[in-house]
Amino acid sequence: MLYIPCPHCGLRNETEFHYGAEAGVAYPDPHALTDSEWAKYLYIRANPKGWFAERWVHFAGCGRWFNLWRNTLTHEIGPVWLPFTTQPKSPNDIGQEGSGS
Amino acid sequence: MTNTQDNLSPGTIGRRRAAALPEQPPKLWKTVKPKKAYDAVIVGGGGHGLATAYYLAKNHGLTNVAVLEKGWLAGGNTARNTTIIRSNYLWDESAAIYEHSLKLWETLEEDLGYEMFFSQRGVLTLAHSVSDVRSKRRNFFANALNGIDSEWLTPAEVKKLVPIINISEDVRYPVAGATYQPRGGIAKHDWVAWGFAKAASDLGVDIIQGTEVTGFDIQNNKVQGVYTSRGTIAAGRVGIVAAGHSSLLANLAGFSIPIQSRPLQALVSPLLEQVLNTVVMSSAVHVYVSQAHKGELVMGAGTDAFNSYAQRGGFHVIEHQLAAAVELFPIFSRAQVLRTWGGIVDIAPDASPIIGLTPVENLFINTGWGTGGFKATPGSGWVMAYTMAHGNPHELNRPFSLDRFETGHLIDEHGAAGVAH
Repeated sequence: MLYIPCPHCGLRNETEFHYGAEAGVAYPDPHALTDSEWAKYLYIRANPKGWFAERWVHFAGCGRWFNLWRNTLTHEIGPVWLPFTTQPKSPNDIGQEGSGS
Repeated sequence: MTNTQDNLSPGTIGRRRAAALPEQPPKLWKTVKPKKAYDAVIVGGGGHGLATAYYLAKNHGLTNVAVLEKGWLAGGNTARNTTIIRSNYLWDESAAIYEHSLKLWETLEEDLGYEMFFSQRGVLTLAHSVSDVRSKRRNFFANALNGIDSEWLTPAEVKKLVPIINISEDVRYPVAGATYQPRGGIAKHDWVAWGFAKAASDLGVDIIQGTEVTGFDIQNNKVQGVYTSRGTIAAGRVGIVAAGHSSLLANLAGFSIPIQSRPLQALVSPLLEQVLNTVVMSSAVHVYVSQAHKGELVMGAGTDAFNSYAQRGGFHVIEHQLAAAVELFPIFSRAQVLRTWGGIVDIAPDASPIIGLTPVENLFINTGWGTGGFKATPGSGWVMAYTMAHGNPHELNRPFSLDRFETGHLIDEHGAAGVAH
C-alpha cells in the first residue's frame, strides 16, 4: 500500500486514489498528426524503471487530480505538483535506471 | 523418468493425494560460455524465450542459437505465475493462437521427453452478475464458433463440479453461472522451463544465465548483435522475449512500444487435503485458484494499479482477493497464507500480446502477454521461432503485430478476459 501525499488532503492510503499514468502528455491537434504520430499519442507512454512523473486522482477525498514523482523500482514518492504548474525536476536517485520513451 | 515416492509420514496433511514429484535431475542443460557469434540470440531465459529457442532448433533447424538470461533460468514470471492453461478467448485471433498453444501442451511432454505435470482438470470462469453472464455467454458462443471446447454451466452444475463452492444468492459475489473448458488445466511451471531448456540444449542451443543485455549493436537500422555484461555477441537475428522489461529493451534498441509494466501478485497456502479438482477463475473479483499437485492452494490476484518494477505488490490487493475467495469457498477461511509474491507483467493497451517485427531489421519482439502468458508458452515460442526464422510473422501472430496500434486493428481482450487471464 502506497501512502500518497494529496496536495489538498495530506497523506492518505493508496486505496483512496485512482492512477492516471504518465503526467504531462499534452493533447495534440489530431488533424495535424500522421497515423503514426496519433498512435504514439494514444498508446505510447513512458515506462521507466526509476523515477516516473505520473498522475493520480484523490477520488475518495477531494476528487482532484495532481502529479507526483514516484520511483517505480523502490516505490518512493518524490515531489508533488498541481496540474498547469511547473513540473519539478526528477529526483536524482540511485535506483534510477532506464529511461522514458 | 522414475517417480520417487514422497517420504512424508502417513497422516501428514497433504500426504494422501499428493502426487510424488521426482527429484530434479542435476544436469539438464550444458553450462557454456557465450560464443562470439550466433545465428540467433534470444534475450530472456523464461518459458517463452526457451520455447522460442527450442522451436528454432526443432522446427527450423537453427541450432547456433543462444538464450541470454540476466538472472537465473525462468526466475521471472515463469516462476511467479499461477500456471493456468486455457484457450477460451473471445476474439478469433486470440482463440487461434491460444488454441494452437493448448494443442501443443497436449503432446508437449512426449515431444520434449520431459514430464511437466500437465493436468487437464478443466477451467471454470465464473459470472457474478447479469452483465457478467451476458459477456461470458458471448464468450461461450464465440468459443463454440471457433471449435473450442466450452460449456455453459448453471450455478447448480458449478456446485456439482466444485462441491466446496458457495452458490448462495445472498452474497457479495453470487455465482450466476460459469463457462467451463474441460481441456484447460495447469502444469508445473518450473518443469516446463526445465523441459524446454533441456530439449533446446540437447539440440545444440546455448543457455547462458547471469548475462544481461545492455544494448544492441545496430548499423543501418539492422541489428548486428547485442552488448552484454559479458561482452559483445554478434547475432544474425535477435529476439526480445523479456517480459517485464521489454519496453526498456525496446528503448535500448531505439524504439518505443505501447507497454506498461505492472506488478501481479499470487499466493499459496500450506499443503492441504485435495479439495479442489478444477481451476476456478473469477475475473470480476480478480480471483483465480487451483490446487497444485502437492496440495497447496495457488491463488492469483489482480494487478496493482500503478507502474512498477519492484516485483511486489500492495497487500490490499491480496486482501481484496482473499475476501472474495473466502466468500466463494467458505472452507478457505481455515487455510493460511503461506507466501505471497509478485512478478512484473507487460500490459498492452488491448491486453493482447505483441509478437513480431520491430522498426529495426532482424530484431523481433515478443511481449505484452500481460497477466496470462504462461498458457501461451509453447504457442508463443512456436510463432516467435517461425517469425525469427522467416523474418516474417506466422499467420497466427500476424494480427498481433506492433503496427496494429497504428492501423487500429486492436484485439481487445480487456472486456473478454478482464485482468484474470
